[in-house]
Amino acid sequence: MDAEPIWISFKLAGVTVVILLVLGTPIAWWLAQTRSHSRVVIEALVALPLVLPPTVLGFYLLILLGPNGWVGGPVQALTGSSLSFSFSGLVFASTIYSLPFVVQPLHSAFESIGKVPIETAQSLGASRLDAFFSVIFPLARRGYLTAIVLGFAHTLGEFGVVLMVGGNIPGKTKVISIEIYDRVEVLEYTQAHILSASLLIFSFLVLVMVYSINRKLPVQVT
Amino acid sequence: MMDLLEAKFKMNYSRFTLDVEMSLPSKGVTVVFGPSGSGKTTLLRCLSGLEKAHLGYLKIAGHVWQDEGIFVPVQYRKIGLVFQESRLFPHLNIQENLLYGYQRTSPDERNLQFDEVAQVLNLGTLLTCRPEKLSGGERQRVAIGRALLTSPKLLLMDEPLASLDMQLKAEIIPFIKRIEKKFKTPIIYVTHSMNEVLQLVDTMVILKAGKVENIGSVEEVFSDVRLREVVGGEQLGAVLETRVIEHDEGFGLTKLGFMGQILHVPRQHIPVGQSLRVHIHSKDVILSTVQPKGVTSVLNTLSAKVKKVGELDPEGYSVDIELDAGRPILATITRKSLTKLNLQLGQTIYAHIKAIKMMHELEDL
Repeated sequence: MDAEPIWISFKLAGVTVVILLVLGTPIAWWLAQTRSHSRVVIEALVALPLVLPPTVLGFYLLILLGPNGWVGGPVQALTGSSLSFSFSGLVFASTIYSLPFVVQPLHSAFESIGKVPIETAQSLGASRLDAFFSVIFPLARRGYLTAIVLGFAHTLGEFGVVLMVGGNIPGKTKVISIEIYDRVEVLEYTQAHILSASLLIFSFLVLVMVYSINRKLPVQVT
Repeated sequence: MMDLLEAKFKMNYSRFTLDVEMSLPSKGVTVVFGPSGSGKTTLLRCLSGLEKAHLGYLKIAGHVWQDEGIFVPVQYRKIGLVFQESRLFPHLNIQENLLYGYQRTSPDERNLQFDEVAQVLNLGTLLTCRPEKLSGGERQRVAIGRALLTSPKLLLMDEPLASLDMQLKAEIIPFIKRIEKKFKTPIIYVTHSMNEVLQLVDTMVILKAGKVENIGSVEEVFSDVRLREVVGGEQLGAVLETRVIEHDEGFGLTKLGFMGQILHVPRQHIPVGQSLRVHIHSKDVILSTVQPKGVTSVLNTLSAKVKKVGELDPEGYSVDIELDAGRPILATITRKSLTKLNLQLGQTIYAHIKAIKMMHELEDL
């Protein structure tokens, strides 16, 4: 059996989660802190991938990332290679697609922590960044754990967007979910079974691990 | 530098405006007192830099922290903050909590050391505990210690004892007094509690509807006729700084003196010469125009002059009279009595003190 799709899926999910943690933290922090009216607009934008059919998202991303797209065009001019039908394009698409799964747990974690710990840290002489890493981050550990797991799992399981943006190129953009679909198409049920069952067991084990870690973390009361 | 703190803040909220201007002394405990919704906490947040007033000026010990185009953020102000809840960091143990601010204070600015603070606040045995294992009083002591270890130029306390029971309050008040005496850190303290006021305060700021109604010594403020609605009927009267003259063992009394006048109170177990602060409710002051002749059961009679008659409420039955007995004293009498007494400003009168409510030792400097 070809292990390439498995490797590509995991690489994609890992890279996407790392990017999302870096991007999602300031977005979630801003959403939790701001009193600005533009908040609802940003919140809605972040949540859009939850409600849109993956094909709609995939279609727009394909145009955006293509050689004439707003993102794909400049990238092609700079690097000489297109974003669509490439691994980088998949990462870009997955980042958009899985954004709410990372931002929302962080947002609710920051919201439940409230303003008090950061104000307290600042009054003790910590800069905002220092206060974030020394107080907010440790208090939001559960939120981060949930965000990582949801972001990773959701990216691993995506299908429609990946198919449209990645184009199912073996060794480059062919991920597990598409591989399973392909096997079923050609009636190779054994292969499909092996891949599906592995993914199922893997997901289950990860979730069990996360929930047990979550139980062991001290309850955070502010 | 006499004035520590000059502050001027103007802030508009939809239903509330804070508009204060004040100048406070550079030492001792200043209490901000006022009904809820009067802006006490907002004022404290403006002072600390947690809130930015639209129009503001703040100068502390020669440093301007806020002015047009200047706003020093909270982390650069050397201010210690203590709130009603201890706000300890739950993911750090007590020692780590205490050191959080200390480590973020540059070594040449640290004028308080860890051991010293831990000892004054009696924290030695708690250091390795987690905050959730501590009692409310212990947590509050840690919070005070943590704020102190940043070597603040000013300590702001927002009802730090409000969530504690009487016993714990009694446990912590001496610590706060000790801090002020030992470390010379000026304290601004928000409270509702008369008890805390009498034990701690040197200067009072009375806030009402976002405005400073009065600033002065406790003695002046608690005998001001204008403050009835702010301070509440029960509390007004007189706060007198007295000194123990002698003990009368035979009758179980202690003789207190102030400005040439004498008060007798039940025997106090403190040495002669010690200062004692007493609180008299205005309802416990009875007035008469002549020196009582013959025998009465009243032990304490002060001679005083009528200074001011409070505003007459045609609906109400009582009226406040401000007296000058060397120190200001407030009496509350009925309107009927006022008519009968026919008081004139400057007239000499005799004030019988029916009861002395509370007494607190003041440590001499």
